[in-house]
Amino acid sequence: MSSTDLLDDLTRREYPHGFVTSIEDDQAPPGLNEDIVRLISKKKNEPEFLLEWRLKAFRHWLTMEEPVWWPKVSYPRIDYQSIIYYSAPKPKKQLKSLDEVDPELLRTFEKLGIPLQEQQRLSNVAVDAVFDSVSVATTFKDKLKEMGIIFGSFSEAVREHPELIQQYLGSVVPYTDNYFAALNSAVFSDGSFCYIPPGVRCPMELSTYFRINAANTGQFERTLLIAEPGSYVSYLEGCTAPMRDENQLHAAVVELVALGNAHIKYSTVQNWYPGDKDGKGGIYNFVTKRGRCAGKGSRISWTQVETGSAITWKYPSCILQGDDSVGEFYSVAVTANRQQADTGTKMIHIGKNTKSTIISKGISAGRGQNTYRGAVKVLKGADGARNYSQCDSLLMGDRCGAHTFPYLDVRNPTATIEHEASTSKIGEDQLFYCRQRGLSEEDAVSMIVNGFCKEVLRELPMEFAVEAQKLLGLSLEGSVG
Amino acid sequence: MLKIENLHATVDGKQILRGIDLEVGAGEVHAIMGPNGSGKSTLAAVLAGRDGYEVTAGRALYQGQDLLALAPEDRARQGVFLAFQYPVEIPGVGNAYFMRAALNATRKARGEEEVDAIDFLELIKSKMQLLEMNQALLSRSVNEGFSGGEKKRNEILQMAILEPVLAILDEVDSGLDIDALRVVASGVNGLRTPDNAVVLVTHYQRLLNYIVPDFVHVMDEGRVLRTGGKDLALELESRGYDWVTQGAGTGVTA
Ligand SMILES: Nc1ncnc2c1ncn2[C@@H]1O[C@H](COP(=O)(O)OP(=O)(O)OP(=O)(O)O)[C@@H](O)[C@H]1O
Ligand SMILES: [Mg+2]
Repeated sequence: MSSTDLLDDLTRREYPHGFVTSIEDDQAPPGLNEDIVRLISKKKNEPEFLLEWRLKAFRHWLTMEEPVWWPKVSYPRIDYQSIIYYSAPKPKKQLKSLDEVDPELLRTFEKLGIPLQEQQRLSNVAVDAVFDSVSVATTFKDKLKEMGIIFGSFSEAVREHPELIQQYLGSVVPYTDNYFAALNSAVFSDGSFCYIPPGVRCPMELSTYFRINAANTGQFERTLLIAEPGSYVSYLEGCTAPMRDENQLHAAVVELVALGNAHIKYSTVQNWYPGDKDGKGGIYNFVTKRGRCAGKGSRISWTQVETGSAITWKYPSCILQGDDSVGEFYSVAVTANRQQADTGTKMIHIGKNTKSTIISKGISAGRGQNTYRGAVKVLKGADGARNYSQCDSLLMGDRCGAHTFPYLDVRNPTATIEHEASTSKIGEDQLFYCRQRGLSEEDAVSMIVNGFCKEVLRELPMEFAVEAQKLLGLSLEGSVG
Repeated sequence: MLKIENLHATVDGKQILRGIDLEVGAGEVHAIMGPNGSGKSTLAAVLAGRDGYEVTAGRALYQGQDLLALAPEDRARQGVFLAFQYPVEIPGVGNAYFMRAALNATRKARGEEEVDAIDFLELIKSKMQLLEMNQALLSRSVNEGFSGGEKKRNEILQMAILEPVLAILDEVDSGLDIDALRVVASGVNGLRTPDNAVVLVTHYQRLLNYIVPDFVHVMDEGRVLRTGGKDLALELESRGYDWVTQGAGTGVTA
């Protein structure tokens, strides 16, 4: 097959998760105003402080401009008044256990391969599933509860632990942070909440799966993760969405707080629908993720494999406040067809002897545009801060692009900053070498790509790494040029 | 086993091979020599099926079938092996992992059972011992940062693992020190059977002292100008290529 045929082949590849589930939705009318914000809050029986917070966020959002400055990302303007801000699968009654969850919904998750069912609970992953905007089931809850771990939907946490929400909500990403964070703060409907008590090592991977189903809905989930001193948690996030003609907006906020010597490992495999070969119908993924290493010796590691979405705009960041705290960012971003990704990270060194590592691997195929934007900021008091950044780009074919923008702002002379970057083309010679040894072209591509991403993939928990490798192969199938 | 007739090929529209005839039988060793740029590596690439090389005339039969119609991986799985003049680096892909994947792809295509990681490790370690290779190379990325000599040995290691029917070795001797040359040559000799064949591309007689060819072919400007026995190589060594290429106009072949 010639390179052009292969590229064409890629553009014809179909999204395997593109089915729509027929479930009655409980929806708000499209559009956004204070009444909608109040409606959302009321639907969820929220305490007064939360409604007030939402309203402040909404009023602030009104004063903000949607960012249009990204030089490398373009898309038609979003009409925020045509979006539905609340859509919940209509529950017959209050859900108490998994048995009461709509079987149609369970089948959806089954199709997605999410281990919600009893027999699959044996696999050591606790799952919170977010379907459109509502968290529907949390497995393993009781077992975790015995250890004092709180893991479940955000709404539930608002009801049962309002003091934790009040203390930490917005403490890492204030609603004034950016346009999409403000929007999220006003209208978020659900998400996941996790609290690990002091000294507890969470014995299993905690996992959230997001799926957008209803048409014209925005998904605005809110995740808050708190790790008390000396605790450890590994958290996984996975996503899918059905195929639609209309682009759908996903604007989540994730806040992590790591106290003294706590370690949070947050892994994402993002596989939203990327749109068809012209980019039509894909997800706009505008997400604010940030962690605060609040305590001495705390550590936050972001690992992400981004293969989906029409547009991804995402900079998981770390605020390294505690002395000796560590921030890590390991990322693989794939853009094929007409996908655009503008991702990267921000490491803000505040405490002494803080350390950050950034490993970013961008893969572009077809007409994909991949931009890495990484900021390393070392404040005055951050004596002995160290950063190591490595950004590698792999190009497949000659119609795609890779762009790297490192930003440095160093205000302490004792800081050590290292930056390495490379761009390579998936070589005809590498492919030929593999094929000459008997490997099929597809296996060869996936081997070369996985090799390229190795430093990132090895940071993922085992089950996720396997999934991610398959996903990479799938996303790039036939995209050799 | 291999029969090449009137093979013409272009690269980027440039005519490189201009009518190659060559016949290789089972159990034979053929040496291909010739000045730089004469088309030796191009011939090897065309036989292995590299993209971008267009065959404009002629054909190549391998075990009775049209070799040029097969995808590169199918040629490999049917026993055609090319040791690269410039082995390629594949960052992040472990050397042992790569070779096991290659072996298993071939075995699978032949309907044989795949070799598991443990058995494979045993196999590859024994082959490495024969080639006096440092086992640290197993866990490193394929060819990445290997010295010139290590790369060449690594090619022969792959040959030893894959046990090809037709091995085309493109300058495996270049970059090898004297001891390594002996080790690699005895490695190749050890793999010879009455059923397989070796095509050696080389510039130097010293390799042919160890791997004694049945036939020596001299190429220039995309043609085989002269074919002879092992003595032809000795003659080239003392008289240089000019002696053959000057006579090209007369189209002499022995
Ligand atoms: N992509 C290409 N475009 C144009 N010319 C090419 C290309 N590839 C090879 N050639 C030319 O083809 C000719 C034969 O090259 P080849 O590598 O086959 O020579 P060789 O006999 O193996 O030489 P050496 O002994 O130096 O290895 C050379 O003149 C080379 O420059
Ligand atoms: Mg050559």
